[in-house]
Amino acid sequence: MRRKVLKTILINLIVWILALAWTLPYIGIVAISVMPYREVIIKGWLRIPDVNSLTIKNYIEALNNPLYDLATGYKNSLIVASISTLIPLIGAALAAYAFSNLDFRLKPLLFGLILVIMMVPQQLTVVPLFFLYRNLGLYNTVQGIILLHSAWGIAWITFFLRNYFKFLPRSLIEAARVDGASDFRIFSRIVLPLSIPGLMAAALLQFTWVWNDLFYALIFLVSRENQVVTQKVVMLKGEYHIDWGLLAAGSIISMSMPVILYAVFNKYFMRGIAAWGVKR
Amino acid sequence: MYLSKRIRPIFFLLFPFTLIIMFVIYPIVATVYYSFYDKNTGSLNFNNYMDVISSTNPLYMLVSRTLTRTPPWGALVHNLVWVLVHVPLTIFLGLILAFLLKYYVKGSTLVKTIIFLGMVVPPVVGGLIIRFMFDEVVGIFPAIFSFIGIEALSKTWTNYPQTALFALILGSLWIWLGFSVTVFSAALESIPKSHIDAARVFGASMRHIFLKVIVPQLKPAIMIVTVMTVLWDMKIFDIVYASTGGGPGGSTSVLALVMYSYFARALDYYKSATVAVILTLIITPFIILTIRWLKD
Repeated sequence: MRRKVLKTILINLIVWILALAWTLPYIGIVAISVMPYREVIIKGWLRIPDVNSLTIKNYIEALNNPLYDLATGYKNSLIVASISTLIPLIGAALAAYAFSNLDFRLKPLLFGLILVIMMVPQQLTVVPLFFLYRNLGLYNTVQGIILLHSAWGIAWITFFLRNYFKFLPRSLIEAARVDGASDFRIFSRIVLPLSIPGLMAAALLQFTWVWNDLFYALIFLVSRENQVVTQKVVMLKGEYHIDWGLLAAGSIISMSMPVILYAVFNKYFMRGIAAWGVKR
Repeated sequence: MYLSKRIRPIFFLLFPFTLIIMFVIYPIVATVYYSFYDKNTGSLNFNNYMDVISSTNPLYMLVSRTLTRTPPWGALVHNLVWVLVHVPLTIFLGLILAFLLKYYVKGSTLVKTIIFLGMVVPPVVGGLIIRFMFDEVVGIFPAIFSFIGIEALSKTWTNYPQTALFALILGSLWIWLGFSVTVFSAALESIPKSHIDAARVFGASMRHIFLKVIVPQLKPAIMIVTVMTVLWDMKIFDIVYASTGGGPGGSTSVLALVMYSYFARALDYYKSATVAVILTLIITPFIILTIRWLKD
């Protein structure tokens, strides 16, 4: 018995040390972002900070210095991520309704297409879009990248919501149909209101993915006033010399949005991800 | 609003599929076409593929012709090494943690929340943090090794070909472990507690329960985590771009980065398309596996 208790304590200890180790990088960048760099070099950052020397100078520098201008990047990220969440959510909800409640000949083919698109790497689309966008005047515009993110979002959210819609109580939908309600009415008055948790989870994951994107932004947003925060934060890293305080502050600024969303809604995130791994 | 049976699906599908066809389907087809487009002659042939595969420039090389002890080995080899090291570690650690968290550890929700954070943080920032953790002046790892007196590992890992790739792979474990722990934890919920209790009553040891009861029942989840992790490793970009940019001397270059280098550095858009197609072809078996699994 005593050995068992000892074993449990030991396991708890090991797992908790691992968890603490996992937080260490975050603690590190928070600490280094508010400490004067000279002090970090001498004393290191893994210590109780000296309250008197704490400074937010790095944050102000990262946000406002015209060289880095994370404030503009943050604003752009907000615009891009919000609209690139709203558009696919609407489009995907419509498509998911068709896939879960209507019968049509192309259904298996179109649904297969959705699955394929979900898995294809981003890299496979950018070259033709680059040519197309240059001709249409969409290159280096916020609108261009929003359209792209929206189209990708539609694919996975359609799949995600179709599964959700399928598990809604059939009897409600059948009853409405018997009463002569149109499909659009069933969609807007029954299916959507019942699916709010699913819509929330999809919106949060899509927003985070768009916010976190770097690859599309690098290809399609080139001028300073259009770049998003993930691009701007890399620019804080100089070629030879790294100002760690500045870089850490920039990192925290650019991760703040998804981290806050995660802190508030973490169940939606975990469930959304877990849904991938558990067969329903 | 009443719509005839024929038109109804069109009403629901027109808007989403217009976007998908314009911004996903068309570009995919066109990428394949461009990958064969020879810009010197204007004809379609395999020259881009030959050039891309045979390049020996460390920034663009896919597979090194010479066998060396340290990277650069070529982008494709780096991706494969990434998979070989990262996937087993992710599965092994994820399984054990999910198991211990469910049956033994107090405060397991908090531990899961911490580990999952890596999935939420932008991968770019993940890359910068990796660079930070392995930095000679401010990083933890070099400090530890300098303390134990291992000179070779007390430098900035990402600056040396011997250690850079390995530093990134270790860092990617920190970022991605949340995925496997979350999926395995969710899958563990579906194992009836009575199975575990029964095994305990018969005096089965912890290790025995884990290997003989848990692991077999988690096979589908292990499958999906393996496949998703392979796909993530093969497509990896942001982390490398932010931490090393493929350096030093191409020793951390990966396929997605080579694709980007052809695009943004060499401005050779057709070869860039070629690399994208090669990358897709390599991961196609895993894509098919996932689609099959998603379908039912």
